Amino acid sequence: MTIALNGEEIAEKIGRVSPGSVVAADKAAVIVTNQSLYQVAEFLKNTTGLDFDYLVDLTAVDYLDYFEVVYHLTSLKHNHSLVLKTRCYDREKPAVSSVVKLWRAADFQEREVYDLMGITFEGHPNLKRLLLWEGFVGHPLRRDYL
Amino acid sequence: MAIRTEPFILNMGPQHPSTHGVFRLRATLDGEVVVDVEPVIGYLHRGIEKLAEGRTYTQNIPFTDRLDYLASMTNNLAYVLAVEKLAEIKIPERAEYLRVIMAEMMRIASHLMAVGFFLNDLGAMMTPVLYMWREREKLLDLFEMVCGQRLTYNYMRIGGVSHDIPEEFLPALKRFVAEMPGFIDEYDQLLAENEILLVRSKGVGVLPKDVAINSAASGPVLRASGVKWDIRRADPYSIYDRFDFDIPVGSAGDCYDRYWVRVQEMRQSVRILEQAIPQLPEGEICAEVPQLLRPSVGEVYGHIETPKGELGFYLVSDNSIAPYRFRIRPPTLINLTALKDMVIGWKVADLIITFGSIDVCLGEIDR
Amino acid sequence: MEIERYEVPSSDEIDAAETLRINALKEASQQAIPDPDRWLEEELRRNVLLTTVDYALDWARSRSIFPLMFGLACCAFEMIGSAASRFDISRFGMDIFRWSPRQADLMIVAGTLTWKMAPAVKLVYEQMAEPKWVIAMGACAISGGTFRESYSVVPGINHIIPVDVYVPGCPPRPEGLLYGITKIHKKIGEESIKTS
Repeated sequence: MTIALNGEEIAEKIGRVSPGSVVAADKAAVIVTNQSLYQVAEFLKNTTGLDFDYLVDLTAVDYLDYFEVVYHLTSLKHNHSLVLKTRCYDREKPAVSSVVKLWRAADFQEREVYDLMGITFEGHPNLKRLLLWEGFVGHPLRRDYL
Repeated sequence: MAIRTEPFILNMGPQHPSTHGVFRLRATLDGEVVVDVEPVIGYLHRGIEKLAEGRTYTQNIPFTDRLDYLASMTNNLAYVLAVEKLAEIKIPERAEYLRVIMAEMMRIASHLMAVGFFLNDLGAMMTPVLYMWREREKLLDLFEMVCGQRLTYNYMRIGGVSHDIPEEFLPALKRFVAEMPGFIDEYDQLLAENEILLVRSKGVGVLPKDVAINSAASGPVLRASGVKWDIRRADPYSIYDRFDFDIPVGSAGDCYDRYWVRVQEMRQSVRILEQAIPQLPEGEICAEVPQLLRPSVGEVYGHIETPKGELGFYLVSDNSIAPYRFRIRPPTLINLTALKDMVIGWKVADLIITFGSIDVCLGEIDR
Repeated sequence: MEIERYEVPSSDEIDAAETLRINALKEASQQAIPDPDRWLEEELRRNVLLTTVDYALDWARSRSIFPLMFGLACCAFEMIGSAASRFDISRFGMDIFRWSPRQADLMIVAGTLTWKMAPAVKLVYEQMAEPKWVIAMGACAISGGTFRESYSVVPGINHIIPVDVYVPGCPPRPEGLLYGITKIHKKIGEESIKTS
């Protein structure tokens, strides 16, 4: 069985390494700040005992006050999983740092989130639209489109 | 005398005989050797994720059929499992067994197509496909007996399945399961020692183990690279923990290994069917679920092992009749991430068969 | 001797050119193209006398149509199924599905058409030589199907190219497609050298 790790325990571990990065944590997920996302991701990937080497899913949800970017991580070695989230409060130009250098799986998924939601990923080598054509106006998956 | 060459861009698709759907590949070639590859997708983007936010949970089940249209049963299963996890619904035993039987039959049908079209790309024009189509037609007849449709079934419901099996179904299925290993042996006899297949696919399009894990490959692509990760074993869903089956794992991660893993998985599916059919209990086929289901506020990520890889649904609910966010984790799009690494330095013909061995389905990539 | 340099266009330039094509096509295709169904009118039938030459010509044309494989989505697999050995389409003389439009007479569009794919459909249709016919197979090709309200789906291929026969279903059974093909045979049988 893949064990879903308790978010609060992981938040404690993260808090010891990079204090101030965890915004909230409950049993299901850990929410971190935008600025510390890359360090936390690196910590989760490289620490022995956690070893999150498999990025299962990268997606974004539009709650009208903020965008929430969700990362589902799994470790193949220890067979446990975790949900990592971050929030963007900027509606005009939301931006999050890219994790492509850690997990290559993020390549196409970040391009899709940019295409459909409009969130820019800083550090992505080729951030173009993936599913719609270049001249398409708007970001369809946002709640205020059409 | 040295000849100076310049690279040129060859545009393959979106309408092209060797693509598995409307997929466009911009290959930069230096002579015949591939220098760079850029996949362009989106020619079948129908906006399913946005449309699903305006329909109830049950009305979204036909949308999931049209994702990977060669394996509709497993797509349905992934979605209803996710909704049942979110709304905490318990389903009856007969429904569980029926779901497993349908899912494994679907796996055989999808792998038959995958292997057949891989051989089509190799140049064995239509012969292997038509042999495998013969078996697939038998499976499609069985599906039509149950739910009336040949391709997009809409069979699973939240809480169980929609129709019970008629009387003719089990004898016909038992006959099929008895003769299927013989047919797989027939294909093996024709193909396993085939010199053209061995020469053209051994060592071609290698995906190393660490790149496979880093690019989050899943399904036969991951297992052919040497990683023993199958969600039916690692995170069992439904009643898979009651059955005894092996997980075939390749060693080299080349095209031949991906083909070999799929053929072995067909044998294992037949094994699961042989165990599940005698154990099928009597009972109800669907739990009591309100027509307009309102799950409590929360989110869930439910995933299963489809023939193509790990299909996951991330559903966010805000206690209304429609999902707030309906996210599909497409296995084939993520398997494509490492395509560039697999084909650089090889020739155009190798590019085609490497792409064919990943076994994509455009309905799922573009959604 | 001057050798002309071939400028390799960059990805962005190719994307920008594609955008212009898609937007222009979208502007021009807001209304459906009327179906070419004058052959059904009674008056026309009475005025056209089919001679033996016409009869022979129509017989030859309808008994060996070369279809163009234009499968986009799920319906493509029912189309391939109709070409497989159980629902043999080669008893109608149509067993080789051509992939090059220059060699084909009948274009079977099977599956959902999106705006991004529409210029390709138009290009392929224009590359086919006269006489040519189009079958719209499946609910998505006829009217957009379940995806009609989406932001990226064309509401029916008759906005882009004229359609002769519509085969409904989601997906239609191979027998349904074969019935549509017999309708095409009937349509070809009514054509005269004067009207075609």
